[in-house]
This record gives sequence, C-alpha cells and structure tokens, in this order.
Amino acid sequence: MDRKVNRHRLNILLDRAFSVVGLFMTIFGIGVLVVLLVDTFLDALPRLDWQFLTGFPSRRPERAGALSAWVGTLVVMVVTIILAFPLGVAAATYLEEFSRKNRLTEFIEINIANLAAVPSIIYGLLGLEVFVRAMRLERSIISGALTLAILILPLIIVATREALRAIPQTIREASYALGATRWQTVRNQILPAAMPAILTGTILAVSRAIGEAAPLIMIGALTYVAFLPSSPVTPDFPFLSFRWLLDPFTVLPIQIFNWVSRPQHGFFTNAAAGIILLLVIVFILNGISAYIRHRYEKRMRW
Amino acid sequence: MPSVSGIARRRNEMIIEGLLFMSALSSILITAGIIAILVFETIEFFKVVPLKDFLTDTQWTPLFVNKHYGILTLFAGTFLTTFFAMIVALPVGLISAIYLSEYAPAWLRSIIKPGLEVLAAIPSVVYGYFALLFVTPLLQRFIPHLSGFNSISPGIVMGVMIIPIVSSLSEDALHAVPISLREGALALGATRFQVATRVVLPAALSGVASSFILGISRAIGETMVVAIAAGQQPRLTLNPLVPIETVTAYIVQVSLGDTPTGTLEYKTIFAAGMSLFVVTFVFNIFSYILKKRFREEYE
Repeated sequence: MDRKVNRHRLNILLDRAFSVVGLFMTIFGIGVLVVLLVDTFLDALPRLDWQFLTGFPSRRPERAGALSAWVGTLVVMVVTIILAFPLGVAAATYLEEFSRKNRLTEFIEINIANLAAVPSIIYGLLGLEVFVRAMRLERSIISGALTLAILILPLIIVATREALRAIPQTIREASYALGATRWQTVRNQILPAAMPAILTGTILAVSRAIGEAAPLIMIGALTYVAFLPSSPVTPDFPFLSFRWLLDPFTVLPIQIFNWVSRPQHGFFTNAAAGIILLLVIVFILNGISAYIRHRYEKRMRW
Repeated sequence: MPSVSGIARRRNEMIIEGLLFMSALSSILITAGIIAILVFETIEFFKVVPLKDFLTDTQWTPLFVNKHYGILTLFAGTFLTTFFAMIVALPVGLISAIYLSEYAPAWLRSIIKPGLEVLAAIPSVVYGYFALLFVTPLLQRFIPHLSGFNSISPGIVMGVMIIPIVSSLSEDALHAVPISLREGALALGATRFQVATRVVLPAALSGVASSFILGISRAIGETMVVAIAAGQQPRLTLNPLVPIETVTAYIVQVSLGDTPTGTLEYKTIFAAGMSLFVVTFVFNIFSYILKKRFREEYE
C-alpha cells in the first residue's frame, strides 16, 4: 500500500515538473529569438541611418550602403509573385476542384510534398543549369525570379489547396443547382471565397523567398552591385522597357552574407543593419498576412 | 440556339480544365528537371572520377592541385552540424509540442504559437550571423579550444531554427489523437503526464516521427548558417570544435568563385548536389509515408 502511495506521489510530482519544464522548453526558442533580435539591433545601431538606405556598396564599411540590395530584393520579389502566383493557384485549383482521384493525381501529390522539402540550394542548381545556361538569361533578375518562383510554387500550391478545402461543399452544390458549370463555380464562388486564405499563404511563401540567399548565389547574383536596374519607363516610344529584367542584381540576404564573410570587422555592423532592414520587410509581410487572416476569420463563418 | 452556346460553353470548360491540368503537371516537370540536370552532370562527373573514389576517399580537395573526391568528407561535416541541430530541435520541439497540446491553457497557446511562427520566418542568413558573431564567441568562453569556425555553434543555431518545424508538426499529430483516449486514461486515475507520455504520444508516434525526419532533412539541406559559421575546410572528423565544410557550404563556395562552366570543378557541385538530393529525398519520402499512415489512422 505504501509503495503505491509513493508511486502516486511520484507521478504527481512528475506531472508538476513537466508543466514547468514544458513551459521553459516552449519559450526557449522565443527567448533565443529575443536575444538574437536585441543583439543584432545593438550591433546595427551605429549604421541605421538614411545614408545606409541610399548608398551603394563600398570598400569602406562606414560608407557602404544597401540601396542596390533592397531595390534588388523588391524587384525580384515582384517578378517572382507575378510568375508563381497564377501558376500555383491554377495547379491547386485543378488538384482540388477538377481532378479525379487516380494514380497520376496521387503521384502529383507526393511530388509536391517532396518538392516543398527539397533543399533550396538544389533549386539554385536547377536555375543555374536551365535559366542561366540553357536559356542564356545570364545572371539576371529574370533568372533569379524564375528560380525563386519554382522554389515557392509548392508552398503556394499547398496553401491554396488548404484554402479551397476549407470552402464548404454546400457552396459548390448551390452554385451547380443554379446551373453554373464547374469553372463558373470555381471562378465566381470558390476562388473569391478562398482568396483571403490564398493570399495569406502566398505572402508567407514570398516572405520565405525574400530570405533565401543560397539559390540566388548559385545562379550568380553578384555580391558587389554599384548600380540600379535600368528604368522600366523610357522617354521614347513605347515608353516601356523590359531591359531591366536582364540586368545583374543583388538582394539583401546576399549582401548580408557578403558583409558577414569579410574579414574586416567594420562590415559586421553593416551586416547587422542589413539584417534589421531585411527583418523589417519580412515582419511587415507576416503582419499583412496575419491581418488578412484575422479579418477573414472574423467575417466568414460557415 | 441554346445548344450552340451549350457546346461553346463545354468547349471553354474543357480548354480551361486542360490549362489547369497543365499547371498541375508543371510540378512534375520541375522534379523531372531537377533529376535530369543532376543525373546528366553527375554522369559527366563519374566519367572522370571513379564511383569508388567518390564513396571511399577520405579527402575532398577538388580545388587544389592534388585532387581528391571523397564525398564522405563533406558528409562528415553535414552529419556533425545536423547532429547538434537535432540535439537541440528534437527534445525542445517534442517537449514544447506536448506542452502546447496537453498542458498549455488556450490563452498561452494563442500567444506562443505565433511566436514560434516568427522563429520560422527569420531568414537563415540571419541565423548564420547569430551563430558566427554571438553563439561562437559565447561558447568560446566555456570551450577555450573552440575555433572561430566550427560545427557545434552553427549546429545549435540551426537546431533553434528547426524547433518550430518539429514543434508545430508534432503538435498537429498529438492534437489529432481522439479526446476519448485521454478521457479513458484520466478516468483510470492517470496524471496528465502519464496520459501524455503513455497514451497520446504512443498513439501519435508515426506523426511525431514524421516531423522528426522532416527536421533532419531540413538540417541536412540548410545552407547559409553553415556557409557562414562552419568554415570551408573539408575534413573527415567527428571533432565539433574545428572548422569543417558541409555539402551545402561547398556548393556555395564553388559558385562564389570563378570556376568556369564545363570544368570538372564545376561538375563537382552537381555530384555533391545529387548526393544531397538523394539523401534528403529518402528522408522526405519516409516522412511522407509515416505522415500518411498516421492520417489514415485518425482522420
């Protein structure tokens, strides 16, 4: 009897202990995150000024800026979204709304799950061989955007499928009952209703792409770019130019990598300032995504 | 005229369905493309370097005069960093998953889960900076022989980076275990800890294992953290205190240099990439199968 009581006490003790250990482990990661952010911010403080945002890279750390890097990041991201979003949504729409369950669609499914977990550097090898070499697009903005578009395509497909799956079957049935075809149902009912969730997932995928350095290093994005892409607007007819798509570029993560790998300590400060800039962009995107999700959850209850 | 417009409409439907189908096929095209270029360049590579040397040589020096192509040297580096990442990510991820699923009150969950999501949203180059300039100097205070580049510091930081993956996927698995199992155990007088470790965890084991394997695969393929903080010195060692080079870091090192395309040095990155792809592919498929088995059991 005594042993049984002791064992029971031990179990209660273990239970209490775990509620402390568990809490500690759960906030451990967040604690590290806070240390990381504070440490980097303190390192960056001396370089966080206007000149850093408007200056080109330089051999002298105190004069080096991140202009070409953040412009490159924004431009590459815009092109990436234009390429990946329609394709990803279309693929997911087919898989969720049109396909019948068969060997092929099952294969596509496993394939997408695997693609989402392929190391990003492998996409860089693909981009290098296909876009840079075979298609002769060189180390350009369009090569980088195509590579990143392929990288985030599986993420957009997965997010869109989840969004479509959340739309109740009754909506589809009501639409069919009114005589709408499958495509009319998808275009007029399903996609609009799922759009907030699709956008949320897409923004998260893009915020992942913004932080990627490895695949863009592979396709040869430069580490020292002292110019901006050529202007999309020209003074002569037809006033629009797409030459900038073929311009060399750099992005913030590569610029940070470059600064952090220099032996001179002065550049570490620049790396920290670049990180703060990058994190601001990533957090803004995550914030927008959270806001859309929040509004959507409030408005729509099936 | 309704029949004519009906036919036109049906034709439109079929065209659209065809276009959507082709979009879905594009994902297969991507995989095919990846495999094709890796296989093609790797075959070229093995025309010069015998497979036996590739798998058994104990040095990796393709950029030196005296060339050796022992891929195990790079995988030793990958193994070390992955090992330390897992020492951090697996226990912390699993314990926090159990805590969030079985212990935490709803209000705490609603604060902590977005916090973990932020952790996953931080770009890896940021973690690299943190490993090189914060964790390594910190560790050097306790381990005086620790080199400025090493495998333990990026390993630990990578572990922190992977916590959210393990934690959130494991929690999904634990959460999917039917409440009736918990109620049954609680009714027999079990504590929450007993319920969690003897009922819920065994029931969710395949789902939890799936998240572990995905975490390992992620660590193997992670590039920037190790490229920044682990060094560029391939060596066959299990010593965590010295500079090493991982498979991924080697690929980055070559593409940063001026290696001309078509040379053997250039092909080494595809051979290394192929090895990396095969290893992570095995892990990914294994993880997918476990997850699917788990889903079939409970959903």
